Amino acid sequence: MYQIIEKRLLADKIFLMKVYAPRVSANALPGQFIIAKLHEEGERIPLTICDYDRENGTIDIVYQTVGASTYKMAELNVGDSFTDFVGPLGNPSEFVKKTPEELKNIRFLFVAGGVGTAPVYPQAKWMKEHGISVDVIIGARNKDLIFYEDEMKKVANVYVCTDDGSYGFHGNTCDMINELYARGNHYDHCVAIGPCIMMKFVCLLTKKLELPTTVSMNPIMVDGTGMCGACRLHVGDSIKFACVDGPEFDGHLVDFDESMKRQRIYKTEEGRALLALQEGATHHGGCGQCS
Amino acid sequence: MDMMKKVPVREQDPKVRATNFSEVCYGYNEEEALAEAARCLNCKKPFCMDGCPVNINIPAFIHALTEKDIEKAGDIIAESSSLPAICGRVCPQETQCEGKCVRGIKGESVSIGKLERFVADTNRANGHVSLAKAPSNGKKVAVIGAGPAGLTCAGDLARLGYEVKIFEALHKAGGVLSYGIPEFRLPKEEVVAKEIENVEKLGVSIETNVIIGKSVLLDELLEKEGFSAVFIGSGAGLPKFMGIPGESGNQVFSANEFLTRSNLMKGFRDDYDTPIHIGKKVIVVGGGNVAMDAARTALRLGAETHIVYRRSLEELPSRAEEVHHAVEEGIVFDLLQNPTEILNDENGNVTGVKIIKMELGEPDASGRRRPVEIPGSEYIMDCDMVIMALGTSPNPMISSTTEGLEINRHGCIIAEEETGKTSKENVYAGGDAVSGAATVILAMQAGKRAAKAIHEKLS
Repeated sequence: MYQIIEKRLLADKIFLMKVYAPRVSANALPGQFIIAKLHEEGERIPLTICDYDRENGTIDIVYQTVGASTYKMAELNVGDSFTDFVGPLGNPSEFVKKTPEELKNIRFLFVAGGVGTAPVYPQAKWMKEHGISVDVIIGARNKDLIFYEDEMKKVANVYVCTDDGSYGFHGNTCDMINELYARGNHYDHCVAIGPCIMMKFVCLLTKKLELPTTVSMNPIMVDGTGMCGACRLHVGDSIKFACVDGPEFDGHLVDFDESMKRQRIYKTEEGRALLALQEGATHHGGCGQCS
Repeated sequence: MDMMKKVPVREQDPKVRATNFSEVCYGYNEEEALAEAARCLNCKKPFCMDGCPVNINIPAFIHALTEKDIEKAGDIIAESSSLPAICGRVCPQETQCEGKCVRGIKGESVSIGKLERFVADTNRANGHVSLAKAPSNGKKVAVIGAGPAGLTCAGDLARLGYEVKIFEALHKAGGVLSYGIPEFRLPKEEVVAKEIENVEKLGVSIETNVIIGKSVLLDELLEKEGFSAVFIGSGAGLPKFMGIPGESGNQVFSANEFLTRSNLMKGFRDDYDTPIHIGKKVIVVGGGNVAMDAARTALRLGAETHIVYRRSLEELPSRAEEVHHAVEEGIVFDLLQNPTEILNDENGNVTGVKIIKMELGEPDASGRRRPVEIPGSEYIMDCDMVIMALGTSPNPMISSTTEGLEINRHGCIIAEEETGKTSKENVYAGGDAVSGAATVILAMQAGKRAAKAIHEKLS
């Protein structure tokens, strides 16, 4: 059993949990993910690692309640446990293999969208720990969805933007990138993590800017260990599996449209499961969608 | 009774079983088992034993059975196999023990598999476990993967007095026995879980949720965690796809994914959270046991199910029994046909498969006649879901993180057939991780041979 040591509400429907999982934290690095399971009957839920503490044997995960399983996860509290918590899965970010000297010559721009801010944090933190200064854009629809701003400011130069202008720069992450370039900034490598649609448009822009871009893909997975093939995606002409080949890929080669279609496979099933969970016996099928 | 014929085994009615996940075959009762056991000629030179990959003393256990000593029969099997209730159900006996049975020359062979199953099921029901083992020798061995290879290797080493720990990547032990083979062929709670418990009763400990190569590196097992040897039984890996257009369609699944959702995650049950998608008409591509399992699962979930296979009935690699069961249940076989494209609508949803008809040409390297496309024979079969059951390619997680562990050009770990010895000192391997996708019993054979080699090395 993997106990929850800490739980915090970071923003609207976005939760952080610190989980005791020493087998996972022992070899975890930025860019990798875990799979958690709530109980015997639960799904295997893949989540990117948002921080790790080898000394105390803990892993931080951040999630937004979007379906029945994350909704149930949010009902767990400090002292409760996951029945299963496995990792680290996937490959660490490419840059962890580089020497500090190599990294010093690369100007990094991190672009974090929505809940994607959480997985950017350990990457920026790793950079800071290795003496590298990086820029981070945190973008969200509105002020209520911005989180980790203070933590991020401790490890990077932070630019906040909101779609509705309720906080920080008024505009989406692409507008913010354009603004930074307009201010005369220049970068050698971009890392963009967020919703598929954001990563798609960031990549369209960075292609024009000739800025190599790494993205972190979060497709549907079952085992996460290279067995089921659910997480396949096109990267250029070849089929890759996010769990063993990724989850980070060259964003200029990823087929985002295909990935977005594939992410919707279980939407109806998930929606029905969430309705059934929230409304319980009172859900009588009046919506006509769930028979 | 006709001594030339097997005592028939009772099965669930095909029409009824096509709608449920209960076991198809009921197995023998005591009366039937004793009648079948009486057919064994107790040959002086038992060819059946040569046919068994783990060399169970078949005449001896059947002889004990004729004397109604079922516990003794179980103890004899246990000398060679830790998973008899599983083997009795899923081994391809027709090409192994039963294929060599002298009875089979003029009539039908003895139903060795069904007898093994009867012995295992009876002893399990009565709580009899064969726990004979040597005193502890204080040496630790790590086993990677709690599938048939790993469980067998671990069981044998535990009986020899070793302290054995199995590391399993998934949340449940069993490997393919848990995620791959469906409930209706191999019940999970009554059979798989119980046989794994018996291995644990020998002193083997199983730690789930540990991925060797990620959570812990293989070298750390040898250097930090104090294991004297490691056996890799990590199984097959990534599913293969055809590489045809449209294969990224939303309802194109690998058999591995579909079966894992159903078997391991129990997606077919309402009280489990994992969703499983099922179409109205499902096409399964492939002709092996996994294709049969996927098709029969889709059928039970309510779909009209077709198997599309590029060769003819005779070349189907699946066990004859599985094909027979599939036909009985109403699965349609579209043979000598091969998909060339999967058709999807603008949202990526599958609408059909473009299929070309084939004919058999000259034999190829495998000795089977090569299927050749018939020009101009393409047609479209409507469907709303496709399952690809084309085999797997090896998982890179251990080989890519372990210095000095050699792999072949297919990515399989290189290991000596008789011993499982790899290129790395004190590291052994066997099962699908070495051979590529094969059978449960061949994985068990590899686990058994490696256990023997590890014991010789460490003693």
